[in-house]
Amino acid sequence: MKRLSMKRAITIVLVGTAAIMAASGWAARANTQPRLGGATGAIFPAYQATFLSSSQLINPEELVKILQSPKGEKPLMIHVGSHVLYEQAHIPGSEYIGPGSSEIGIQQLRKRVEALPRRKFIVIYCGCCPWSHCPTVKPADDALHAMGFTNVKVLYIPDNFGANWVDKGYPIAKGE
Amino acid sequence: MGKKILIAIAAIAVAIGLFFLNRHRGISPGAGVANIAKHPLAPEFSLPELTGQTLDLSAYRGKVVLLDFWATWCDPCRDEIPRFVQLQNKYRDQGLQIIGISMDDGPEPVLDFYQRFHMNYPVAMGNAKIGELYGGILGLPIAFLIDRNGRIEAKHIGATDISVFEREIKALLQSRGIDNYQSRL
Repeated sequence: MKRLSMKRAITIVLVGTAAIMAASGWAARANTQPRLGGATGAIFPAYQATFLSSSQLINPEELVKILQSPKGEKPLMIHVGSHVLYEQAHIPGSEYIGPGSSEIGIQQLRKRVEALPRRKFIVIYCGCCPWSHCPTVKPADDALHAMGFTNVKVLYIPDNFGANWVDKGYPIAKGE
Repeated sequence: MGKKILIAIAAIAVAIGLFFLNRHRGISPGAGVANIAKHPLAPEFSLPELTGQTLDLSAYRGKVVLLDFWATWCDPCRDEIPRFVQLQNKYRDQGLQIIGISMDDGPEPVLDFYQRFHMNYPVAMGNAKIGELYGGILGLPIAFLIDRNGRIEAKHIGATDISVFEREIKALLQSRGIDNYQSRL
């Protein structure tokens, strides 16, 4: 009887420990989920990249394949994020336009593409913030669609350009 | 009897599984911590502060420094700022110095933000050079915790729970750093 009680107690302790660990883990994760409209979010409304549908996206590996393939149309690649980050590393051949979250950036984007055929393959990217917080690519994508461009893709960078492009060993260029 | 043992084994397996799941998945507290195994010296730099003065990292040797790379357009960075202001207030007297390095392309929005959010620690304008000096700042926010001897103790990539920073800061503040080192000479 005593032995049975001891085993029961051990079982209860172990199950309890597992439950506590699970609960604390989930709680910790919940506390660090992207905080939309957080402490300062109300002042700076974000244009979230998460509103883009999967059909509007292109993955880094897909883009690398396109760039390395001897065949097929190469896209015009436009960086719509921070110039300081672009200077450190960007996709070779891509052009810096300006932040897609600013009116100036969108104006420069419109100016850059206005003479292009509307079927032109264009890839826009940023990678300065995690995808769920990216304020730049959605406005840029919207602007291009509003101009009638029909072959626009947004490079899906879930974490940041360093983790999802540079660290993968994909080609980069530095400087202006 | 056998059933109970099976339950116990299952519980242990679940606990271990959840432990590793929570450590390696998503942005759990501390999951963005890069392992700075050898604690290298934080690269020295001089950058212009928003106030017009020059910010030298070396001037803060002897303090625990939280070096925060951020930008005004970065949502998670902005969310962290009010919490950093609180930390600076709370631990200033014990030797904490937070330093912000803005990766904005120009100082105007930074100055505006600085004033609106009553930032109580120095902010300097960053550039590609300091980014490369610190291993490439290719996403924001990125924060480095530097001990009193100027060594990088931790690197946090992405949004990090403020409790993680506070725990690490408290541990570093307890170390006397240079004073302690010199007293042993």
